[in-house]
Amino acid sequence: MDLSFSPEHLAFREEVRAFIASAMPPSLMTKAAADSHFEHDEVMEWHKILHRKGWVAPHWPAEVGGSSLDVTSRFILSEELELAGAPALSPFGLVMVGPLIIQFGTPEQKKRFLPRILSGEEVWCQGYSEPNAGSDLASLKTRAEDDGKGNFVVTGQKTWTTYAQYADWIFCLVRTDASAKKQSGISFLLIDLKTPGVTVKPFLTSGGTPAFSETFFEGAVVPKENLVGPLNGGWTLAKALLGHERTLIAAVGASIRAIRKVKRIAARTQKDGRPLLEDPLFRAKIARLEIKLRGLQMANYRAIAGAQLGRAPGPESSILKIRGSEIQQQCYELAMEAMGLASMSWFNEPGVVHPEEQWVPSLFNYLRATTIYGGTNEIQKNIIAKLILGIPDR
Amino acid sequence: MDFDLSDEQKQLVETVQSFVKKQSPLSRLRALREDPTGWSRDAWRQMGELGWISISLPESVGGLGGSFIDAALILEQLGTTLVPEPMIPTLTAAAAIVRAGTEEQATRLLAPALAGEGSLALAAAEAQSRFDVADVATKAERAGSGYRITGEKVWVLNGHAADTIVVSARTAGGPRDREGISLFAVDRNAPGLEVQPVKTMDSHHAGLLRFKGVEVGEEQRLGAEGGALAALEYAADLGAAAACAEGLGVINTALQMTVEYLKTREQFGVKIGSFQALQHRAVDMFIEAELCRSMMILAALKVADADEEERKTAISAAKVQLAWGGRQVTQQAIQLHGGVGVTDEHDIALYFKRMHVLNALFGDEDTHLTRYARSPLFTANVGA
Repeated sequence: MDLSFSPEHLAFREEVRAFIASAMPPSLMTKAAADSHFEHDEVMEWHKILHRKGWVAPHWPAEVGGSSLDVTSRFILSEELELAGAPALSPFGLVMVGPLIIQFGTPEQKKRFLPRILSGEEVWCQGYSEPNAGSDLASLKTRAEDDGKGNFVVTGQKTWTTYAQYADWIFCLVRTDASAKKQSGISFLLIDLKTPGVTVKPFLTSGGTPAFSETFFEGAVVPKENLVGPLNGGWTLAKALLGHERTLIAAVGASIRAIRKVKRIAARTQKDGRPLLEDPLFRAKIARLEIKLRGLQMANYRAIAGAQLGRAPGPESSILKIRGSEIQQQCYELAMEAMGLASMSWFNEPGVVHPEEQWVPSLFNYLRATTIYGGTNEIQKNIIAKLILGIPDR
Repeated sequence: MDFDLSDEQKQLVETVQSFVKKQSPLSRLRALREDPTGWSRDAWRQMGELGWISISLPESVGGLGGSFIDAALILEQLGTTLVPEPMIPTLTAAAAIVRAGTEEQATRLLAPALAGEGSLALAAAEAQSRFDVADVATKAERAGSGYRITGEKVWVLNGHAADTIVVSARTAGGPRDREGISLFAVDRNAPGLEVQPVKTMDSHHAGLLRFKGVEVGEEQRLGAEGGALAALEYAADLGAAAACAEGLGVINTALQMTVEYLKTREQFGVKIGSFQALQHRAVDMFIEAELCRSMMILAALKVADADEEERKTAISAAKVQLAWGGRQVTQQAIQLHGGVGVTDEHDIALYFKRMHVLNALFGDEDTHLTRYARSPLFTANVGA
């Protein structure tokens, strides 16, 4: 057993650090320092910089424009980007639909879509959830009907179509067989958002950022060639997506960064005439969270070492989403606690709160989403109970 | 990074698994509960012959030269059936002897224990010391060519049965000074040493040791006079890592027993495992168990780290996780078993008891949380 990274991996970490330091434009650097919300244009600016370096989709196979980076290097790249506070790239093309097209798409689909996902020329969003299909996703009602002329006609409403207002395409789960039972009548369809009958309505997150939206389909005509995988086989694709890149889901780098921030806030905040960081009670709270994070980090390392050897994710990887999301929230709960009265602040002009604390209240609100998106933590627990502990559900 | 076991390690785990299954099921602990020693000399000798006691000790002192991971793998399996033989007391005392003493002393003092012919104990805790090994009131005063030791040591694991006892005593300085602490190897039959056997909750035994002017020679002092704290802290950290390893076996067994119960026990005409409230508790237990495994690996790898602060923070983090996970898993295990979990007859109660003892040994949650938070590493690399 060995906990250390190989010399090659250590060198790669240095390379990533040096690259970020030299390639990130000063405007992004300033925003990153404060963990500010990045506008869509800024995210795409960073996307293009990483694309030129060949690091935009390191988890894709090299033959479709990915990289030859191994699992551990991909983890290091992702962790360093998180540690630097770099703009998080839109995951919908790179992490979600891209890998599904690679796995299930036709040669034409691969040629049509993959290069533009890589280049950032086309931006994607996700059309899974509906107002009445959240955790019970398979109860979705958006229907795609064959018009007998080589098209589907799509009618329905998708919600949590995050960043659809900036996107060009949406990948959807749609009902193609109304008579079939739940999961078996669903197909996976790619839809151009410019199609007549498609409307996007953005709405604010509780963090005050314009991330969310809902998308309406009113008789949108979609060519059949945009179907990925078999007709009525969409559920299989949806499930396949869950297995991708699990070792990056823990967001360990983001939480390491957040705890450092908590310590800095506590170091400049006074309590009883001394820095809050010297208060044993508050310090113990940080220590608890850091120890939790260390446990998560070790579990993540175990998952990476397994994936590096090409193994299917083991039991340790199933806890990464649950624990990682909880810890992300707890980091910002503690940052808010450290800020004291200033934690009440809400998008004030510069000078009201320390620049580094400006976005803390927003993130404190928005990060409640981490335990909800990607399958709520309760759904994750149902899955672990059934698949790992083998407890029957009836 | 590599977390795979070598072929030898896999074989070792299988051997220990087979031992606990065939020769040391939980019923053995029950049978030994009223025994004045509480463990079996025959079983201990067998463990010695198998090389389990010596596996992670250096070859230069008669060990097999393996890493602490090997010992941890053994301890984890021993935890699955609560094997009562004095592995943890012997390994911690041996760690102090090896770290503080000369090779000659270590080879001589360890030989009987490594063979399973004798056993050891580390007498560090005192009534006022709680978990601080630097809080030593026991005195070793110069007497002739040697020393005279006076004081009381409490809750000395295996102190009732050990042949050699490693005792910390102050040769200089005030109550909690970090300098002035010395270690001595004392024979259990030394005149002036009174051993009062005491029982512990987990069906083990310990000793309350009264040193009433016990005379020891210069050659029984381990290491430089007054400079033993580093070795003592190392031994306590190794004990904490050992507790994490044995505790993992305890935790996983309690989890397995509980999951099995959820799959078989019926109420309201269905298996109780079909209730989501109970499923989620079982998953919370599973999450803690996985984190305890991850942190046990960290502790076992870092116990030998040359960087003392690295070692201390890793061990403390792991021991805190053991406290969280151990408590959560064994408490919920009893809750999910219902009333039978609170009977002496049901095994789950024994796992709950052992878990408590492992959590208390070598520093409880608060002790390690405090040490972690006070480490210079805690405020390093925080950025401007």
